[in-house]
Amino acid sequence: MRQATARGSTVTAAQRWRPTAPLANLRRRAQIVGAIRAYFAAQGVLEVETPQIGSATVSDPHLNSLYVAGYGYLQTSPEYAMKRLLAAGSGSIYQLARVFRADEHGRRHQPEFTLLEWYRLGYSLERLIDEVGSIARLALGDLPSERQRYRDLFQRYLGLDPLRCELGALRSAAAEHLDLAFDDADRDTWLELLMSAVIEPQLGRNVLSFVVDYPPSQAALARLRRDADGELVAARFELYFAGVELANGYHELADADEQRTRFAADLQTRAALGLPAVALDSDFLAALSAGLPDCSGVALGLDRLIMLAVGAHSLAEVMAFAVPWGELDESA
Amino acid sequence: MASYSTNEFKSGLKVMLDGEPCTILENEFVKPGKGQAFNRVKLRNLKTNRVSEKTFKSGDSLEGADIVDREMQYLYNDGEFFHFMEPDSFEQHQASSTTVGDAALWLREQDMCMVMLFNGAPLAVTPPNFVDLEIVETEPGVRGDTATGGTKPARLSTGAVAKVPLFVNQGEIIRCDTRTGEYVSRVKG
Repeated sequence: MRQATARGSTVTAAQRWRPTAPLANLRRRAQIVGAIRAYFAAQGVLEVETPQIGSATVSDPHLNSLYVAGYGYLQTSPEYAMKRLLAAGSGSIYQLARVFRADEHGRRHQPEFTLLEWYRLGYSLERLIDEVGSIARLALGDLPSERQRYRDLFQRYLGLDPLRCELGALRSAAAEHLDLAFDDADRDTWLELLMSAVIEPQLGRNVLSFVVDYPPSQAALARLRRDADGELVAARFELYFAGVELANGYHELADADEQRTRFAADLQTRAALGLPAVALDSDFLAALSAGLPDCSGVALGLDRLIMLAVGAHSLAEVMAFAVPWGELDESA
Repeated sequence: MASYSTNEFKSGLKVMLDGEPCTILENEFVKPGKGQAFNRVKLRNLKTNRVSEKTFKSGDSLEGADIVDREMQYLYNDGEFFHFMEPDSFEQHQASSTTVGDAALWLREQDMCMVMLFNGAPLAVTPPNFVDLEIVETEPGVRGDTATGGTKPARLSTGAVAKVPLFVNQGEIIRCDTRTGEYVSRVKG
């Protein structure tokens, strides 16, 4: 009997117990985690741990939670719990959080992975971007960084204005670059496809590439603001390196009413897509009502950072025991 | 047939795409952190052997293709069709020369081969990896010349032409690797 590994090669059953990652990569992993903890300790940022399982979960239509009957949802991110700590007066905090996402499985996705998530009181998005650069350099070495607006990237690589162009223009651009098995999708789906399949591979060649000013429809838990051209954009950034999405940060939305509205919109989208309704986190909403201090926060994919630091091509090469994927079982 | 969702697209799975049977070669999962997930899938069309890369929304599905591989005995060619028989059921299938393709160059009557059936009809034929065939035409051998490493073309009983060493003669049986079309050895007959 042969079993596919997450690296896409096959190993014999007798070898299946072995780690998917070389031990040298796991040692480097431990070093990087140590350097991150030392950095935050020196900065006076408090390390916290929040539950991995809870009675409520995120509303994002494209994040699927694993549900454990009788216990609740495995958390897709520690964001809500950490914001409850912030509202309770914790000050700046960070967490190395094990998180779970259903239906995410591939070279750069595992159903279980580690997020480095942190929140900085009183930080602007720009200041947090600088700090994300410092953390990334702990693993990747001394690299320059650049900032580009989402809108400018679409202009440069596709000749499109992502905030204003027609839906049909997005579809045509996608069909020009990719052989599509579908032609009906909403605006954000086309934008996300173009971003991840056409633009993303171009980003972060020997530079930490920060993308800023996302469309307001992709604000998630970020505030909205006016960009330099007076356009309404999300106060959100992402970090890309070597064509890989590494981190996603927000100037955090603190308005409980606005948050409630976004939750409701997410649930409507979920219903329209035929996705299960989810239990919303009323404790999180109550914490926002009580008052979230002005802060910026970011989630960074720790496994991906380590993958890039060791020059690997899949998460399996930096996780001790990754879940295999990609090949049919012999029995199938 | 069952239908398969993108997260079940594994290498080797046979599916229907635009009415054509395909086999999945690779499936790359692409997802912006909080956004819609996509699958970029490499497939080979089993009729044309053409490889293409299609982008799916994750969660979309394709019908499975009714593809089975059966070991069969090659019986004969009637000038238009090649005839094969399943050894257990004695059920016979006929395949056009387009379907059989280059496999025809390696098929000897009575030999076993692998026939891929699509909806019960032959779609492709794979000869055994090694076949022993008689040389029906080649330049006369150079006796004792086993060292120079030169080769010459030899026409085989099935119509294939293989490069053989200079010392091999017309009328001899040789073993060929059908995957590469290369001479492997002489077979003592």
